[in-house]
Amino acid sequence: MPEGRLMEMYVHLTQLGTIQGAILGGAMIGLAAVVLLAADGRIAGICGIIGGLTAPVTGDAGWRIAFLIGLLFGAPASVLFFGVPAIHMQASLPVLIVAGLLVGFGTSLGNGCTSGHGVCGLARGSGRSLTAVLLFMATAVLTVFVVRHVVGG
Amino acid sequence: MRVWIAAFVAGLLFSFGLAVARMIDPARVIGFLDIAGTWDPTLAFVMGAAVIVSGAGFALIRKKMNRPWFADRFHMPTRTEIDAPLIIGAILFGVGWGLAGLCPGPAIALLSLVPDLVWPFVAAMLAGTALHRVIAAIAARRRMGG
Repeated sequence: MPEGRLMEMYVHLTQLGTIQGAILGGAMIGLAAVVLLAADGRIAGICGIIGGLTAPVTGDAGWRIAFLIGLLFGAPASVLFFGVPAIHMQASLPVLIVAGLLVGFGTSLGNGCTSGHGVCGLARGSGRSLTAVLLFMATAVLTVFVVRHVVGG
Repeated sequence: MRVWIAAFVAGLLFSFGLAVARMIDPARVIGFLDIAGTWDPTLAFVMGAAVIVSGAGFALIRKKMNRPWFADRFHMPTRTEIDAPLIIGAILFGVGWGLAGLCPGPAIALLSLVPDLVWPFVAAMLAGTALHRVIAAIAARRRMGG
């Protein structure tokens, strides 16, 4: 294959920022959940995986740590194929800390986050997860509305 | 060992997918949630594709497999009741997600790309989780004590 064509393909891949990237990335996330369930019999809920580490059952911590290490390596690995993703942190430090506390406390209390309820829960057809997803989507939309258009407007 | 390798591969795929989908950019997540502003609906395709693939995979697993490849049983959630902790937890999580544009998966994945930007969020998230665990343990002890 001529070098120019190869370069063109690479540039095309790095520009997968829109719908194709979203579908491809989403399918990979779904596949990750399928792999974890088929191989280890576990649900790929990030907060559940972290939460289980705070009170580990004997022999239970290994797969959780292995998953989290994979989580750390996946994004840098994608940089090799798709270039450096743009990352913009909009929240100030105090807001970031309050948000982190709410996310940690809320996902622990509600037994799930975007991956646990949002991907795995909906895939299982769980009513609990559907309720949680509708609620956290609604409050997240409302929060952004207040921050951007009421307070910040 | 096989259990760990499979979990590592799953984590790798998950994080790779988050990056390819650009869901690790907090600004994009907030753009998706900003329905009243310049709404960016792209992330709906991430969720849609993820649920379709995992839904099909889970159905196949349920139909064809009695036990996982490397473990002795499936650890499936069994609860069905919609109770106050679920509702309050989801609401609190939604507020936090909207404030920062970060949920647990992308936050951990970002630790390897922009640790200086994301570590305060991750530290606060772990503190929040620990805080809930402590409160839940105290409440459980009190219930058992009478």
